[in-house]
Amino acid sequence: MRFTHRLFGVSVVASAALMSGVAFAQAGATVKVAFIDPLSGAFASVGQNGLKSWQFSAEQASKKNAASVKFEMVPFDNKASPQESLTVLKAAIDQGIRFVVQGQGSGAAAAISDAVTKHNERNPGQEVVFINYAAVDPDLTNSKCSFWHFRLDADTSMKMEALTSFMKDQADVKNVYLINQNYAHGQQVSRYFKDTIARKRPDVKIVGDDLHPLGQVKDFAPFVAKMKAAGADSIVTGNWGPDLSLLIKAAKDAGLTANFYTYYAVTSGVPTAMAAGVGGKVRVVGIGHTGLAGVKTWQDEYQKKFGDDWYTYQTFNAFAMLSEGIAKAKSTNAVAVAQAMSGIKFTGFSGEAEMRKTDHQLQQNVYISEWRKADVKNPYNVEKTGFNFQELRVIPAYVASTPTSCQMKKP
Amino acid sequence: MDLSFFLISLLNGLSVGLLLFMLASGLTLIFSMMGVLNFAHASFYMLGAYVAFTLTQALGFWWGLVVAPPVVGVMGALFERFALRRVRKFGHVPELLITFGLSYIILEMVQLVWGRQPLNFQPPESLRGPLFTIVDLPTSLGLSWGMPPEICKTTAGAICTQFPSFRAFGMGVAVLMLVAVWLVLTRTRIGLVIQASLTHPDAVESLGHNVPRVMMLVFGGGTALAALAGVIGGALRVTEPSMALSVGAVVFAVIVIGGMGSLAGAFIASVALGVIESFAVGSDRSLVDFFGWLGMQMSPDTFGYAVWSVKMSQVAAILPFMLLVLILIFRPKGLLGTREG
Repeated sequence: MRFTHRLFGVSVVASAALMSGVAFAQAGATVKVAFIDPLSGAFASVGQNGLKSWQFSAEQASKKNAASVKFEMVPFDNKASPQESLTVLKAAIDQGIRFVVQGQGSGAAAAISDAVTKHNERNPGQEVVFINYAAVDPDLTNSKCSFWHFRLDADTSMKMEALTSFMKDQADVKNVYLINQNYAHGQQVSRYFKDTIARKRPDVKIVGDDLHPLGQVKDFAPFVAKMKAAGADSIVTGNWGPDLSLLIKAAKDAGLTANFYTYYAVTSGVPTAMAAGVGGKVRVVGIGHTGLAGVKTWQDEYQKKFGDDWYTYQTFNAFAMLSEGIAKAKSTNAVAVAQAMSGIKFTGFSGEAEMRKTDHQLQQNVYISEWRKADVKNPYNVEKTGFNFQELRVIPAYVASTPTSCQMKKP
Repeated sequence: MDLSFFLISLLNGLSVGLLLFMLASGLTLIFSMMGVLNFAHASFYMLGAYVAFTLTQALGFWWGLVVAPPVVGVMGALFERFALRRVRKFGHVPELLITFGLSYIILEMVQLVWGRQPLNFQPPESLRGPLFTIVDLPTSLGLSWGMPPEICKTTAGAICTQFPSFRAFGMGVAVLMLVAVWLVLTRTRIGLVIQASLTHPDAVESLGHNVPRVMMLVFGGGTALAALAGVIGGALRVTEPSMALSVGAVVFAVIVIGGMGSLAGAFIASVALGVIESFAVGSDRSLVDFFGWLGMQMSPDTFGYAVWSVKMSQVAAILPFMLLVLILIFRPKGLLGTREG
């Protein structure tokens, strides 16, 4: 008799009754999940890693999960465009897929959330659930919130709450320079940082606030020259992909010693660029890091299998939440599962997590970690560089949590 | 704007401009010779970086730098000989399409062979540090070779900006290349034949020269120059599959602005674009300031404020394309171009 369901050393709290062999309608069913993200173009390396993470996690979760279902990923390439996302979303729905995941780009996420909501209103009986695993625009769970949209990453307001909680205690943070990609996400990083730091450390000066076109800048040396001239000691950036690797590389070359506070230093390619050395320290605010106990087993297995790093930890939580939801609903019907997942509590890779009922924003711990040489305590090797991310501080869910203005329309 | 910031911006702009020129020179040579806009040119740039990376793993950076361009040049020549030459008799559009197709094939091949992840391609150990440091003290401005001097740490308000050796090395290679190409074109027999074939291919052919072979040579040479730029660019920036895409568009802007087929025009345009972009990034001015200077006050309530208040630094990356459009409207043949004149 199985009382607990052991998943990678983390015991998932599943009721004994559920697991005691009673056959449910959904057991053994295959749940198809559409993956919609850029698989070609400038951000393909990040998208490809995302896809592999989802496929790997689906495979792992299918071995054993609370609902005894099988998960299968169906990839679609949205070329990082909201327009293209809608075209492939239509294709996915036409194929009978009822669960959609997307994460890279808040523009595409907003388009999908909106389209899914409209589709569900107009096509009762064919409802679709949208799981957003990485688009961090706070609007998605505030003014634009939808019952059908579930966010697994911490949004920008939460990450900024956590990051500024950490930065306010750093005496060397005096002159902060903001550099971000010029689109919804980058503009919000800049805005939320300025708002929260003014509240927590009014003495901190913002010495620069740059927005540059997404994926267009080939040489960041002029920006770095500007940071130097402004006397910046800390750089805050929401950049990702090549926009971050090139920035850090240029900063190192010009001898900038400021510390970097980033969202996405973990994403593909950035660790390789950082292996050549960084001027100051590089810190990351995120929902996990390479040293977490709940991350290690999958991380090692993923690296052995693909020679790549698993950093989209949300994929773990996605299947934990989905299978708990399906088990609770005793069905794979999208409406029933959505209702079951609304407000659900489950054990994620970093401990207890709750899908807040009011806005479908996952409440979870947020971590500040730092790029350091691997050692005995933290042996993981990111992108074969001999470095990894090590914990500086945990910001518990209740501290990182931010209020919501969501007026959710429930079916 | 203070002097040290001006200096470092100028140097950054020059280094970007010279790298662009290495790419644009090959492209414009090929264009003036054959009338083909080689869409795959930036792909050869990428190929140069990847081939050099592999050679670097086995033999060290210097061999990569020396061997990769000829290797890629031979690939380019073979492509010209066995693919491009066959479609030439059907006109320019098929030629254009075949180079367009080639750019996709190279991209996919690179991803198959080297993977989609960025490679850890770095400059050699000897060129990793700073070449010199611009020391900007509150009272004086100085230059110091090598690592930043102690005074940077001890003086309050000192701004020390390092200029990386490898950037300087890249600039040196570009200048050497410029001189070499110029010497070959004007001082050697083969250069004379190339120049003659540019304008009078039939006459050159009737004098007994093998013009198709000259074209193959130029195509191979042009791609080798692109590969050389790739070795520098790959180590200076990031070697990854999207590197071709990111420079490709700008290089086209360069040769159109400079004038199709004009080597001198390409040089002026690439250096100008590099410097303009570098200074634009450093500027926080917007149209609001400009109107203010004209005596018109603007506030967030003014119609279209969102457009007027866009800072120069925000549009820096699209300036090449704005210039491209302006040039096409007001001077379609480009700065120094002669065609369509």
